Amino acid sequence: MDYNDYNYISTDYNAHNYRKKKKQQQQEEEEKEGAHCRSVTDQSRDMARPMEDSHRRFLQTMMANGIVDEQSARTLCQYCCETHNTQHTPDKLDDFIETINSKLQPMFMQIRKGMSEDNGHQFYALVNMAETDVTRMSSDYADNELELFRKTMDLIVCSENGKASSTDILNSADTLTTKKLKKSETEHLLNRLVHDKWLNEKRGEYTLSTRCIIEMEPYIRSMYQDQVKVCHICRNIAFQCQICEKPTCGIKIHNPCVARYFKGRAEPRCPACDDFWPHEIPEVRRPRSQSKR
Amino acid sequence: MEPTQLLGFIKAEMTQRKRVSNTQSSSQNKRQSVPLASQEEDDDSTFTQPSSSQVQRGLERFTPAQVDQKTAEVVQFFLVRDQKKIPVRRADLVKHVLKDYRNIYPEIMKRAARTFDQVFGLKIVEIDSKNHMYILVNKLETAEAPPITNPTNPKTGLLFVVLSLIFMKGGAVRENLIWNTLKKLRVDAGEKHEEFGDVKKAITDEFVRQRYLEYVRIPHTEPVEFEFRWGQRAEVEVSKVKILEFMGELHDQDPQSWTQQFREAHSGSSQSAPSNR
Ligand SMILES: [Zn+2]
Ligand SMILES: [Zn+2]
Repeated sequence: MDYNDYNYISTDYNAHNYRKKKKQQQQEEEEKEGAHCRSVTDQSRDMARPMEDSHRRFLQTMMANGIVDEQSARTLCQYCCETHNTQHTPDKLDDFIETINSKLQPMFMQIRKGMSEDNGHQFYALVNMAETDVTRMSSDYADNELELFRKTMDLIVCSENGKASSTDILNSADTLTTKKLKKSETEHLLNRLVHDKWLNEKRGEYTLSTRCIIEMEPYIRSMYQDQVKVCHICRNIAFQCQICEKPTCGIKIHNPCVARYFKGRAEPRCPACDDFWPHEIPEVRRPRSQSKR
Repeated sequence: MEPTQLLGFIKAEMTQRKRVSNTQSSSQNKRQSVPLASQEEDDDSTFTQPSSSQVQRGLERFTPAQVDQKTAEVVQFFLVRDQKKIPVRRADLVKHVLKDYRNIYPEIMKRAARTFDQVFGLKIVEIDSKNHMYILVNKLETAEAPPITNPTNPKTGLLFVVLSLIFMKGGAVRENLIWNTLKKLRVDAGEKHEEFGDVKKAITDEFVRQRYLEYVRIPHTEPVEFEFRWGQRAEVEVSKVKILEFMGELHDQDPQSWTQQFREAHSGSSQSAPSNR
């Protein structure tokens, strides 16, 4: 790896733009309450408590892991507080994280909460909001590989069910503008993207990982305004979901949200148009089975 | 840190695409490409530390928000490099991140150091004062491993074995002894290892680049022979006390029985910055 492969494009993206955008995003997010990717920090009151070593240790572990489920985050918070003899309030995890976020914000980083589309569990992910490729010199991905990842995102976002088949991805590898990828190279790349937790794979079909969704949601919403739909129940962006079959309705509901919403109802009906809901209702998945990220 | 950085590039691209499609103009769509080839050679000599009055004057040219933004970029740059355990060269930092802000370099570094200290519990350490190379080390005292699984790099184990061997042998070990010892542990440096990949390359190249090891020619040897020593990063990051405890467990022996090593491990400076990162 050549670590001098350094390329930086932040100059035209200054703090001013950042704040403008941030404000827009905030307004958007306020409009849809309970946003999927809502910041744990409320930006308007960031005079949170000072950071202590317990917070720093929590942040370091988040940096090493990238994403942790809610239960692990609670355990980790407790561990960090005990290690540094700080008072620990079990139900104050979000306050604890808010303290960290208030200090991370100037660095364009944030710990965000989001839901796994697979099992409906909550996760915390450390996301980087810097729109640069400061990063690319240390990136393990070449330009054409990044382009293929972008195309895979296109396929997933524009699909009905939030999935892209390996066949479709392989076909789009033929249309790369940078440098074409052979079939075997594409397959290898997909394995790496799954291994690095950008994509999930099940039976030859690829979905966006929870972490990828948490980090990318604001961008996906603004880039794919016309394609993206939110879940009728939780108002978060919906990829893997069920869709109302009445053409004039067509609302989307996440599989885990379907499970929770229809649980115990005799005859499932669409919460928007009251038509019969014809899909199989999945079981509610209990937390604390070591869950997939 | 996990490779969370992949997305930064994609986001930048998306924002640009969006901007282009909104304004129907591509004037903003400029990507600055840094010529890559020349950087190895380009040294630090063109950069002179600005004086405090230069810094003062320099600061007047920028708004506080601009200085904050630049500080954030420097912090990001350090974090990205740290993810791969690659030292930051001042020359790279000045050329690719600071750019027009080079004359307030000391002020930006001061702020970045404060951020690492107050927010991340990390410290910037200069490991090479001639070439001005920096790494991040953990300031938090060692604690037992966190209750959640850290994704560990399998090569960390390999590195630990090599560092232990060097430490137990008094600080320097001939190359051949390393390969022979590893062979006894059923790791053949000549073959591709299932977990570590190319073992020889990891030890002679990757760990050396990351400054965990030094790989130096032994003078007056014919044919040429090399030996390994601890690199600067190992000195500040790896606990010799931990290594002795590990050896003690391995050999079922009291760490104190290695008198010289025990004394060195507990001689203060080397106990400093172990980390569980
Ligand atoms: Zn939902
Ligand atoms: Zn409906």
